[in-house]
Amino acid sequence: MLTGLLIVIPLIAALLTFFIKGKAARVAALGFSILEFAVSVFAWYQYKTEPLSKQLYLNCTWIESIGANFSVGLDGMSLLMVLLTTFLVPLIILSSFKNEYDKPNSFYGLILLMQMALIGVFTTNDGFLFYIFWELALIPIYFICLVWGGENRARITFKFFIYTLFGSLFMLVALVFLYQHTGMYTGIKSWAINDLYQAGRSLNASQQGYVFWAVFLAFAIKMPIFPFHTWQPDTYVNAPTQGTMLLSGIMLKMGTFGMIKWLLPVVPLGVANWGSWAMLLSVIGIIYASCIAIVQTDFKRLIAYSSIAHVGLIAAGILAWNQQGIQGALIQMVSHGINVVGLFLVADILFRHTGTREISKLGGIRNVNPWFAVLFLIILLGSVALPLTNGFVGEFLLITGVYGYGAWTAAFAGLTVILGAVYMLRSYQGIMLGESNSVTAGFGTLAPSDKAVLIIVCAAIIAFGVYPQPLTDLAEPAVKNILSSTK
Amino acid sequence: MIKLIGLVPLFPLIGFIINGFFGKKMGKGLSGTIASLSIAASFVVSLLIFMDLQKMPEKSVVVNLFSWINSDTLKIPFSFLVDPLSSIFLLIITGIGFLIHIYSIGYMHHDEGFARFFTYLNLFIFFMLLLVLGNNYLIMFVGWEGVGLCSYLLIGFWFKNTEYNNAAKKAFVMNRIGDLGFLLGIILIFFTYGTITYGDVFEKAHTGSDTIMTAIALLLFVGAMGKSAQIPLYTWLPDAMAGPTPVSALIHAATMVTAGIYMIVRSNIFYSSSEVASEVVAIVGALTALMAAVIGCAQTDIKKVLAYSTVSQLGLMFLALGVGAYSTAVFHVTTHAFFKALLFLGAGSVIHAMSNEQDMRKMGGLRKALPITWLTMGIATLAISGFPLLSGFFSKDEILAHVWEENKILWIVATLTSLLTAFYMFRMFILTFHTNFRGTAEQKHHLHESPKSMTIPLIVLAILSLAGGLLGLPEAFHGNNWISGYLSPIIAHRSPSTLSHETEYMLMGIATLVFICGAYTAYNVYQKSKVLPAASEKDMRPSERFIYHKFKVDEFYNAVITRPLNGISVAFHKFVESDLIDGLVNGVGTMVKWLSGVIRQLQTGNIGFYIFSMVLGVVAIIFWSVLK
Repeated sequence: MLTGLLIVIPLIAALLTFFIKGKAARVAALGFSILEFAVSVFAWYQYKTEPLSKQLYLNCTWIESIGANFSVGLDGMSLLMVLLTTFLVPLIILSSFKNEYDKPNSFYGLILLMQMALIGVFTTNDGFLFYIFWELALIPIYFICLVWGGENRARITFKFFIYTLFGSLFMLVALVFLYQHTGMYTGIKSWAINDLYQAGRSLNASQQGYVFWAVFLAFAIKMPIFPFHTWQPDTYVNAPTQGTMLLSGIMLKMGTFGMIKWLLPVVPLGVANWGSWAMLLSVIGIIYASCIAIVQTDFKRLIAYSSIAHVGLIAAGILAWNQQGIQGALIQMVSHGINVVGLFLVADILFRHTGTREISKLGGIRNVNPWFAVLFLIILLGSVALPLTNGFVGEFLLITGVYGYGAWTAAFAGLTVILGAVYMLRSYQGIMLGESNSVTAGFGTLAPSDKAVLIIVCAAIIAFGVYPQPLTDLAEPAVKNILSSTK
Repeated sequence: MIKLIGLVPLFPLIGFIINGFFGKKMGKGLSGTIASLSIAASFVVSLLIFMDLQKMPEKSVVVNLFSWINSDTLKIPFSFLVDPLSSIFLLIITGIGFLIHIYSIGYMHHDEGFARFFTYLNLFIFFMLLLVLGNNYLIMFVGWEGVGLCSYLLIGFWFKNTEYNNAAKKAFVMNRIGDLGFLLGIILIFFTYGTITYGDVFEKAHTGSDTIMTAIALLLFVGAMGKSAQIPLYTWLPDAMAGPTPVSALIHAATMVTAGIYMIVRSNIFYSSSEVASEVVAIVGALTALMAAVIGCAQTDIKKVLAYSTVSQLGLMFLALGVGAYSTAVFHVTTHAFFKALLFLGAGSVIHAMSNEQDMRKMGGLRKALPITWLTMGIATLAISGFPLLSGFFSKDEILAHVWEENKILWIVATLTSLLTAFYMFRMFILTFHTNFRGTAEQKHHLHESPKSMTIPLIVLAILSLAGGLLGLPEAFHGNNWISGYLSPIIAHRSPSTLSHETEYMLMGIATLVFICGAYTAYNVYQKSKVLPAASEKDMRPSERFIYHKFKVDEFYNAVITRPLNGISVAFHKFVESDLIDGLVNGVGTMVKWLSGVIRQLQTGNIGFYIFSMVLGVVAIIFWSVLK
C-alpha cells in the first residue's frame, strides 16, 4: 500500500503541477516532494518495525493474458534507493530556485514525473513493469534536457536518447527471451521476478551469456561504463543543472541497481563466464575517466568524468559479487548521489555568480566567500572519500569487495584514491584558492536556497560518514538475502 | 579514569567546533585561549590516564564507543585502545601540542587567519589522537587521513600564494599514494585473519603464511613511507615548510610524521616475523637518513635545513625499526619530538625577529638580540647532534648499538649520518647566531626577542631536550631503560641486547668522537674561516649545486610520473575519447543513416519493380528448395 502511495503521489503531484501557473509551481513541487519524502520516511519506519509488513507490498493483476502484474514492494535495497530519490528530489527542486526557467509548471511537473518512474524502477518486482518504468523514466529527462538545456541541446539530447534507447532494446529482447522460458513446470508464463530468476538459471551457459551481455549493455549505457559513456559528458554539461542532478544523482543508479537485482541473480553462469570482462571494463573506466578528469578545464565536465570513475568502482564492487562489494555499492550509490548533487550545485553557483565554469578563469573565491569554500571543501572531501565522510564508507567496502575478487584488480581500482585527489584538489585550488581576479572579486553571497541545499548535503556527508549505521542496517540484510539466493 | 578516554579527543573536537563557527567573532584572545585550553584539558586527562595505567596489571584497556562499519564478518567498531604505546603518544601529542598552541598565540598574533589557524590546529590534534588511540587499523586510518587533511590545510594556510598551494596539494597526493598501500594492507589483514582489531590480529598473526605476513608488512610500510617521508615518498616534507612555522614544529616534526613509526611499532609482530620486510625497512631508513643529511648540508633556508634533518632523523628511526629495536625507535621519537619541536620553534622565533627572513645567508650574529632563543636552540642543537648525556645522545646511541649488533654496513651509514648531522646543525647554528649580522639595516633595527608566550615553550622544551634521556637511561649508566621496559608488553619478539658494557662504552666513545668531528668542522669552516654558503647558484660548484637542488629528485619525478600522467590524460582526452570511442559510436549512427538511405531507394513506388522483385524472390525460393 505504502509503496503504491509512493508511486502515486508524484504522479498526481506532477499532474497538479502542470496546471499551476508561474512561480507557484516550484513551491508546489517542493511541497509535494517533501510530502513524498515524509511518506518514504514513514515507510522506512514501517520497515524497521516490521520488515515484511503487507503495507510495503502491493500486487494486483494487471495484464492477465501475459502474466504481468502491477507488483511493487520495498525491501532493504529498494528502500535505500527510494529514500535516496525522495531525499534528493526536494533538494534538486530547491536548488533551482535561483534559476528562472520558462514554463516552470512543465519543468517541475516533469521532475515529479521522473520521480514517479524512478521509484517504480526501484520498487517493482515484475519484469514487464520494470521495463515500462525503465523507459518511462527516459521521457521526462529527455524533455528536460531538450527544452531547458544549453546550446547544442538538440543534437546532444538526441544522441543520449537514441543511445540509451538502443541499450534498452537489447534488454527488452533479453527479458522477452527469459519470459519465454518461464513456467517450465506450471505451464503458466509469468513476468514475476522470481520466475524470471528461475527461467534465467535454467538456461544453458551460452544462452546465459547472451542474456548477460544484452542486459549488461542496457545498464552499462545508463550508468555509464567505459566505453559506452561518450553520451554522458556532453549530456551532463548541456542539461540544465537540475537535469544533470537527476541523471547523475538518481538515474544512473537505475543501472547499478538493475545489475544487482535484474542481472547478476538471473544468469549466474553468464556472470561466471563473462563477468570478468565486465569487471575489466569497469576498472579501465575508473582509471581512464580519472585521467581525463585531470585535464578538464570546465568544472562541470570534470565532475561528469569523475562520476564515470566513481560509477566504475561501484560496478566493479557489484561484479565482485560478495557481501562487501554489493553492500559497498549500495552505500556508495547513496553517497555518490548526495555528493554529486552537491558538486553540480557548486558548478551551477559558480556559473551563476561569475558567468563561467572554466577553472583557469576562476580563483580566489575563498577570499570573497569563505563559507562557500568550506562547504565546497566538505563536499569535495566526501567525493575523494576521506574517512568520516560518507564517501569513505562505501569506497572502503567497495575496494574490500573487489579485493575479494582479486588483489590486483583492487590495486588498480584503488588508484581512484590517488587520482581522485589529484583532479579534485587541482580544481579546488584553481577555483577557490589564490588571489581573486576580476571575474571572482564580485562573487558575493550565496542565495538562501543554495545555502540551504549545500548545508543539508554537507550535513548528510558528515552524518553518514561518522554514523553509517542507518544505511548499513538497510543494505546488509538485503545483500545477504540476495547472495544466499544465488548460491 | 581510563573509561573517560573519549574525552581526550573530544576536547580538541569541541575546540575545533567552537573556533570553526565563532572564532572570528570571538576575537584573537578568546579564540587562542579556547584552543589552548582544550589541548591542556586533553593533556591533563592523558596524564591521569597514564598514571592510572601504571597501576594496572594488564596494561591494556579497550573502550568501545559505537559500531561504525558493519558488513557481514567485517565488523569495525569505533573503539579505543589504551596501552603503553598509545599512552606515550598521547602525552607527546597533547603535551607538545599544548606548548605549540601557546607559542602560536604569540607567533600568529598579527595574522588575519588567527582563528582559522587554531581551528585547523585543534582538528589536527583530534585526528592525531584518533590515529594513536584506535583499537583497529581502520580507526588508525581515519586519523591517518585526517591528519593528512589538516596537514594539507595548514601547509596551504596562506592560500593566496600559489606556491604554497602547490606544496599542500603535493603533500596530500603523495600521502595518498602511501595511503593506498596502507588501505590494501588493511584489507589483506582482513582477508587473512577475518578481523582488523589489533589484539585479535596479533594473536592469530602466525596463522598467516610468511609470504602474506611479508606482504602485509610491506603494504603497511608503503603507508609509512608516505606519512613519514621516506624514500621514495619524502619530497613533500621539505615543501611542506610553506606552512606557518608552528605547524612545521607540531605536524612536520614532532607528531604527524612519526605516525609511520607508530604504525610499525604497533604492527611489530609482522616485521619481526618477516626478515625481508625488516630488511627493506632498515635499508630504506638508512638510505633516507644519509641522503637527507647530505642534502641538509647544502641548504640555505633555515627551515629547509630542519626539514631535511627531520627526514634524516625519521630515517634513523626506521633503521631502528628495521633491526628490531622497536622501543628504541619510540624513545627516539620522544626525544626527537622535544628537540626538533624546539628547533623549529626557535627557527620561528628567529624568523619572527628577522621580519620573515628565512635565508641563513642574511642572518648571523643574532645571539645578542635573541638570548633565550640562542640558548634554547643551542641546547637543541647539542641534543640532536649527540652531545654526551643530552637526550639525543642516549636515544641515538641506542639505535646505533642495535644497528651495530645487526649489520656493520648499516652502522657505518648511520654513523656517517650522525657526523653529517652534527655538521649541518652547527653550520645552521653558527650561520644564524654567530659571526656578523648580514641582514638589512631595517631588519637589524627590528630585531627583538620574542614575547613570553613564545619563549616559555622554548624553555620548557629545552629542559625536556636536556633531560629527556632519562626516559631510557641505559644499564651501562646504571639506569633501567624505563621506556624499553614499559613498552615490552606490546613487542612480540624482543631481542635483548647482547652487547657487553665495554662495547657500549666503545660505541658511545665513537659517537662522541663523531660529534666532535662534525661540530668542529662546522666551527672551523663557518666560524673561524667565516665561509659563507654561495650567494647564488652560479657561484656553486656543480656537485654543490646538485646537492642544493636535492639531487634533482623532484625534477626526476616530474619527468617520470607527473608529465607522463598528464600526457596520457591528454591523449585519452583528445584521441581515444573523442576520435576513437565517440567516433565509433557516431560511426554506428552514420552507418545506420547511410544504410537506411540506401534501402530507401528501393521504395520507388513503381508497381512493376515490386512485381519483378517478387517473382525473382519466388524463383529463388523454388531453386533453393529444389537444390536442397
